[in-house]
Amino acid sequence: MALPQPKVDATTAYLEGRALPKGGFTKAARADALSRLSAMGLPVRRDEYWRFTNPALLTAPLPEASEPLRVDQPIFTGMDKLRLVFTDGVFDAEASDDGAIDGVEITRLAEADAAEIHWAQGLYGTLEAAGQKPVDRPLAAFNTAAATDGILIRVTGKAAKPVHIAYRQSGDDADVVLHHIIKVEAGAELTLLETGTPGARTNIVLEMDIADGATLHHVRPQGRAHGRQVATHLFARLGAESQLKSFTLSMNGRLTRNEAVIEMNGDDASAHVAGACVGDGEDFHHDDTVFVTHDALNGESRQVFKKVLRNGAVGVFQGKILVKAGAQKTDGYQISQSLLLDGDSQFLAKPELEIYADDVACSHGSTSGAISEEALFYLRSRGVDEKTATNLLTLAFLAEALEEIADDALADALRDRLEGWLNRHS
Amino acid sequence: MLEIKNLAVDLEEEDKSILKGVDLTIEPGMVHAIMGPNGSGKSTLSYVLSGKDGYEVTGGSATLDGADLLEMEPEERAAAGLFLAFQYPVEIPGVGNMTFLRTAVNAQRKARGEEELSAGDFLKVVREKAKALKIDSDMLKRPVNVGFSGGEKKRNEILQMAMLEPKMCVLDETDSGLDVDAMKLVAEGVNALRSEGRSFLVITHYQRLLDHIKPDVVHIMANGRIVKSGGPELALEVENNGYADILAEVA
Ligand SMILES: Nc1ncnc2c1ncn2[C@@H]1O[C@H](COP(=O)(O)OP(=O)(O)OP(=O)(O)O)[C@@H](O)[C@H]1O
Ligand SMILES: [Mg+2]
Repeated sequence: MALPQPKVDATTAYLEGRALPKGGFTKAARADALSRLSAMGLPVRRDEYWRFTNPALLTAPLPEASEPLRVDQPIFTGMDKLRLVFTDGVFDAEASDDGAIDGVEITRLAEADAAEIHWAQGLYGTLEAAGQKPVDRPLAAFNTAAATDGILIRVTGKAAKPVHIAYRQSGDDADVVLHHIIKVEAGAELTLLETGTPGARTNIVLEMDIADGATLHHVRPQGRAHGRQVATHLFARLGAESQLKSFTLSMNGRLTRNEAVIEMNGDDASAHVAGACVGDGEDFHHDDTVFVTHDALNGESRQVFKKVLRNGAVGVFQGKILVKAGAQKTDGYQISQSLLLDGDSQFLAKPELEIYADDVACSHGSTSGAISEEALFYLRSRGVDEKTATNLLTLAFLAEALEEIADDALADALRDRLEGWLNRHS
Repeated sequence: MLEIKNLAVDLEEEDKSILKGVDLTIEPGMVHAIMGPNGSGKSTLSYVLSGKDGYEVTGGSATLDGADLLEMEPEERAAAGLFLAFQYPVEIPGVGNMTFLRTAVNAQRKARGEEELSAGDFLKVVREKAKALKIDSDMLKRPVNVGFSGGEKKRNEILQMAMLEPKMCVLDETDSGLDVDAMKLVAEGVNALRSEGRSFLVITHYQRLLDHIKPDVVHIMANGRIVKSGGPELALEVENNGYADILAEVA
């Protein structure tokens, strides 16, 4: 089917004048991705998958300027980790930690891509390509074709400390395209932290290959910059008895679209994708789009997304659990909830189940509500002022999502961030 | 201590009158009980005193040590020393009981210009008071009232009261849902708090609680008014004969 002309035009305009990296070991993958993109075209508002989120800011040839935060307190300080810093999308060796972690091999895409051969060769763009069915994800295809850098991580043992990709923003116009690959070999374990706002506009793809018995924890506080425009895609493939836990915290952000595409390929695997976001004002639009496919026995998946919205903020959740024929004993759970702190804010949700196996337990729910008046009065009757009581109840609302973070210290750090935000925004 | 004069209250939503001129004065150190048929307005009185939304005061006044309660926010009333043990304690998922107690205690201390309790001091006091009420550490860790049995919720109310040390305690049917032993525990908790400067208003349907918490004055509320007041013998009369005689007498 021929692409509608507006899509062709938008895609042409978007690519025009961009010097796409030729690539070494990624060369073929980049070329394939570019043809995928040309065949799909960039998203437009009329696309079913973008019904609730206008992609215009993400597909405009240039980003809208977005000021970096004046004071950006680093998070997860005082924690032993290997930090890799990108400033405006450019690797910052000065600010990054030297050294290595036993059982973890780390290279930069931009460096590795000078060579024709690399362990990531069979992976780069592969999970992204697989994730293009049944729904197009053109911004991810663009990323594979255009990524200028990223981190390639191969884990062969139990990593003694987390790898921390820290994004920093210094200018107001960077258009950042990064592509990370995380390959966790059989039985290996890693915690990956991703923090901060990479640039005015960001397109990030993560491809996670989690082998049999491997564990990957991913915790991602996305920074607080107000004007940022963000599209992220997390593609994960899970082997037998493997485990993925991914948690994203988003505060502020003019437009954020976080997609997670999870393939449960091995038996007895477990994938938890969760997120909390807080937004204040009409210039906040946050979209979580999740697609979990069960294609093996006895898989367990959870999607837990909570949103706190006020003063005209908009939150979107599109979540799907697809259970393929034969994926018996699947246990799939999905919950998306919003707390609307006023009548102006809006939560749009599209929860979906598609099940082709008969012996499964899947449930989903979506709710939208206000602070409980009863609970608020109970707290106030004990002497807690209205603002403190409201914030306490708001944190309580977010608690179920934060519980998805396995590490208490990480969870506490995020809870502190949320508390700070709530105190500033009430 | 507490002075209620000709208090009249309507429901905000439905133009319905609930309290039709309540008069009640409680001196420091006194224990007053209110009994009365279902729907007579006892809980409404307790809610209006503590500042719940949804009621419109159409006349009269309520003061605590001379300060106009009705002008204050609920948290200000609490800081001024008013406490309500709810007839139906509220469940708050996601807020730990301990966090809740510490937040409340420190909020009140702050409002009164006192220093906040340190985490260590706070813990020590809570553990001690919880023990007396047979509230185990598991109940302190769990979210406020979530999954608590009826009796556990009521004991948790008394624990809050013991921690907050209010001067005017309103107990709305704290005895309902309690087994005999729990009732004794609660009564002991209340009696331990009795002091010259602290007053109680105990709403109950049963004489039994009043065997343990000896009231100085018993009031009968009917149809939004206090229709009769007397000594402890009034509670016995209700226990034996119900309300029919009393209501007929005042009609
Ligand atoms: N929010 C409300 N909406 C509708 N009716 C109300 C509301 N609050 C109180 N009422 C009505 O007001 C009257 C008094 O209620 P209240 O709860 O004060 O009675 P009570 O004396 O505490 O009764 P009980 O002994 O059963 O606890 C009842 O008829 C009740 O239905
Ligand atoms: Mg009542």
